[in-house]
Amino acid sequence: MGINQDSSDIIVVSALVKKFKAFTAVDNISFEVKRGEIFAFLGPNGAGKTTTISMLTTLLQPTSGNITLNGSNPVQDKDGVRKSFGIVFQDPSLDDDMTALENMQYHAILYKVPKDIRDKRIEELLRFVELWDRKKDMVKTFSGGMKRRLEVARGLLHHPRILFLDEPTLGLDPQTRNHIWNYIKDINKKENMTVFFTTHYMDEAERVADRIAIIDHGKIISIGTPGDLKNQTKTNSLEEAFLAITGNVIREEEASGVDQLRAMGRMWRRKR
Amino acid sequence: MSTVYILWLRQIKKYFRSRSRIVGALGQPLLFLVAFGFGFGSIFQRAGGGDYIQFLAPGIIMMSVLFTAVFSGIDLIWDRQFGFLKETMVAPVSRLEIMIGKTLGGATVAAFQGLLVFVLTLFVGFRPYNLLMLPVAVLFIFLVAILFTSLGIAVASKLEDMQGFQLIMNFLVMPIFFLSGAIFPLEGLPKAMEIITNLDPLTYGIDGLRHSLINTGKFGLATDLVVIGSITAVLLVIGSYFFERIQA
Ligand SMILES: Nc1ncnc2c1ncn2[C@@H]1O[C@H](COP(=O)(O)OP(=O)(O)OP(=O)(O)O)[C@@H](O)[C@H]1O
Ligand SMILES: [Mg+2]
Repeated sequence: MGINQDSSDIIVVSALVKKFKAFTAVDNISFEVKRGEIFAFLGPNGAGKTTTISMLTTLLQPTSGNITLNGSNPVQDKDGVRKSFGIVFQDPSLDDDMTALENMQYHAILYKVPKDIRDKRIEELLRFVELWDRKKDMVKTFSGGMKRRLEVARGLLHHPRILFLDEPTLGLDPQTRNHIWNYIKDINKKENMTVFFTTHYMDEAERVADRIAIIDHGKIISIGTPGDLKNQTKTNSLEEAFLAITGNVIREEEASGVDQLRAMGRMWRRKR
Repeated sequence: MSTVYILWLRQIKKYFRSRSRIVGALGQPLLFLVAFGFGFGSIFQRAGGGDYIQFLAPGIIMMSVLFTAVFSGIDLIWDRQFGFLKETMVAPVSRLEIMIGKTLGGATVAAFQGLLVFVLTLFVGFRPYNLLMLPVAVLFIFLVAILFTSLGIAVASKLEDMQGFQLIMNFLVMPIFFLSGAIFPLEGLPKAMEIITNLDPLTYGIDGLRHSLINTGKFGLATDLVVIGSITAVLLVIGSYFFERIQA
């Protein structure tokens, strides 16, 4: 690994594998994410997106392979890695029995946000996600979308170098989705914050991401800009490109087991 | 340091917000005090044991410390189930700090609950012999609270969900209470029973509390302190070990 690569690639993953007993959830994947890039993991349910994020964020021990995140290794230097990122988990991760404000304060203290800027930063973010008026309310009284917004605000609180978003806009109305993405893109530009997100929504991947990795069955099938992926498959939309790419894989791999065809694959076939 | 504080603060806030739970948790000790205290009182006296309420009160105080502490530790399972644990686990803070904050928070809550029960015992006629010994009593209450909170955390780190909870209750917490000498004297027990009670850490906590509140006991304050202190240290280490290996 050259010095050059170190400075431009904020995430380097090589030959990463995660097995749960005999089942291989992440199957020998390698990729790089450039500093300041918005990078998407696009794939159906069970593809291995969350498992990959868990390994990148020190929550899960890889079976084998190598990860470098902002110059640190999540296995050996967990704290170094933990300082670099913020994350919005796929599943809820708020304390329902604390207020919105208390959830933010808890985070700010764990991440050692200096006292003098803490309150201002929290107010700024809560105002942005339109929860400032509800700051003193228990999170359990929030709707799903409000909780999601609070989690996004919390993930940004400590100015992370990398922001992981695991299906961040699931359950949000289109207007809120746009609002949040615009804000994240704005920080991405202003602070050169790298964004790594997963999604099922192709339009979202296409609209937001600089580069997309298509992942299925734990393998990265294709990787490139939305334009690359379309050119590569000679299709006009990412949706068609995705079908062309994963469709091939399904045919090759599962010729023997029709029963294993994925729900998603079936859906697209019907659509055509 | 701030990590320990914020984890501690969270436990405290949640405890004081659930007032109905605080009051509810006084029901069982009160029931035990009344049922055992007045039920066995006369037999105990006739057998030459003295005033049974005097004997029983320290045991019941420690009972509520035990229960509250184990539950505060086991709380961790809820954090895991509702996903909040992940938020804490990806933070750039040492696992030991998290463990200490959580333990101190749970222990403070349990000790406070123990003190509430202490006040309750005064209403059913309990009289400590010397108020100057109260700080020693509080020390024992707090140590026992730390011990069983870390036990709760150690157990919770190994449990996947609340399924195992009943098991823990019936095969760990209840035996610790009933085999501790909380409700009966340790003198003149059958040999097997004596060995079991001697292996129960709560025995020493209650013994220490009896020394400090009613000036009787079996082992002596120093022994009680050393035993409780060392078991607490060991459990803290075990708890931290399991805790560090949680894959949230
Ligand atoms: N702890 C675990 N034990 C066993 N299998 C697991 C575990 N976690 C994940 N898996 C399996 O690994 C595979 C990948 O799961 P993962 O959660 O990474 O998928 P995903 O791409 O995030 O899917 P989704 O879009 O539904 O969130 C799935 O088949 C899942 O069942
Ligand atoms: Mg997922």
